[in-house]
Amino acid sequence: MIEFLSQPWAWYVSGPLIALVMFLLLWAGGEFGVSATLRSMCAIGGAGKKVNFFKFNWKSQIWNLVFVAGAVIGGFIADQFLYNPNALTLSQNTITDLANLGIVFDGTLVPTELFNWSNLFTVNGLLIMVVGGFCIGFGTRWAGGCTSGHAISGLSNLQVVSLIAVIGFFIGGLIMTHLIFPFIFK
Amino acid sequence: MKYIKYLFIGILFGIIMTKSEAISWFRIQEMFRFQAFYMYGIIGSALVVGIVIIQLIKRRQLKTLGGQPIQFKNKQFSIWRYLLGGIIFGLGWALTGACPGPMYTLLGNGFTIFIVVIVSALLGTFVYGLLRDRLPH
Repeated sequence: MIEFLSQPWAWYVSGPLIALVMFLLLWAGGEFGVSATLRSMCAIGGAGKKVNFFKFNWKSQIWNLVFVAGAVIGGFIADQFLYNPNALTLSQNTITDLANLGIVFDGTLVPTELFNWSNLFTVNGLLIMVVGGFCIGFGTRWAGGCTSGHAISGLSNLQVVSLIAVIGFFIGGLIMTHLIFPFIFK
Repeated sequence: MKYIKYLFIGILFGIIMTKSEAISWFRIQEMFRFQAFYMYGIIGSALVVGIVIIQLIKRRQLKTLGGQPIQFKNKQFSIWRYLLGGIIFGLGWALTGACPGPMYTLLGNGFTIFIVVIVSALLGTFVYGLLRDRLPH
C-alpha cells in the first residue's frame, strides 16, 4: 500500500483530489484560498496598527492558518513516509533548456543548487528567493488570490475576474521564463 | 477543537501537492515552457471536477457541517487589479517555482530555505497594504 502511494500520483488523480480539498474546505465552513493567510499573518504581526488593510478580525481566519499548518505537516508526512526514490520524470526538452541556462536537473523536486542557504546571499539567490517571494505576496494580494483562490475556486465558480487573474499569472510566468531567465542565468 | 478538521484537510492537501509533484520548481518550468501536459492536466481536471462540485452545491443547496448554507460571493468586475496583480504573482511563481500552497508544503518537505520565500511574501503583502490606495483596482 505504502509502496503504491509512494509513486508519483497521476494528474487525473491529483487534480480531482485538489477539487476534493476545495469541497472539504467549503463543507467545513471555510474556502480554498491559500494566499489570504499571508494577510492574516501580517495582521497578527501588528500591521493593522499602521495600515488599515490589515485592520480586520484575523481571528475569523484562524481556520485557514490551521489549514496551511496542515499543508506543512502533509509535506513532511509525504517526504518521510511516501518518499519516491526515483528521479522526477521531467520532459527532456525542459532538461535541455534548463541545462542551456546552466541549471542542472538532478532528479529532485527543487534545484538545490539555487535554493540553499549559501546561495541566498548572492545576487541570483536574492532575486530568486526574496524578489520572487515578494512578487508572490504583492501580486496575490493585489489580484485578490492565487492559484487556489482564482485558478481553482474562482474558475470553478465561473468568475470572469478569476479568468483575467489566471491569464495574468501566465503572462507573468511566461515573461519571467522566456524573457527574463536568459538574463538572470548565464 | 473546531479547527482540527482544517488541520486534517491541510495535511491531505500537503500530501496531494507533494505526490502530484506540483510543488516542484522543475514541473513549473515544464509548464511555462509548454513541454508537458502534466500541470495542465492537474489544473484542468481539478477545474472540471470543481465546476461540477460547485454546481451541485448550488443546485442541491448543500449546507456546511455546521448547518449553514454554503454561499459564494460574486467578485466585483475589474480588469486592472486582476491583470496587473496576476502578472506580478506570475513573475514570482516562475522565479520561485512555487505558489502560496507549495511554499508551505515545501517547508514540510525539508526545504527550509522556503521560509525565506514565505517571509518575503509576507513583506510583499505588507507593502501591497501600504500602497493599496495608490494602485488601480
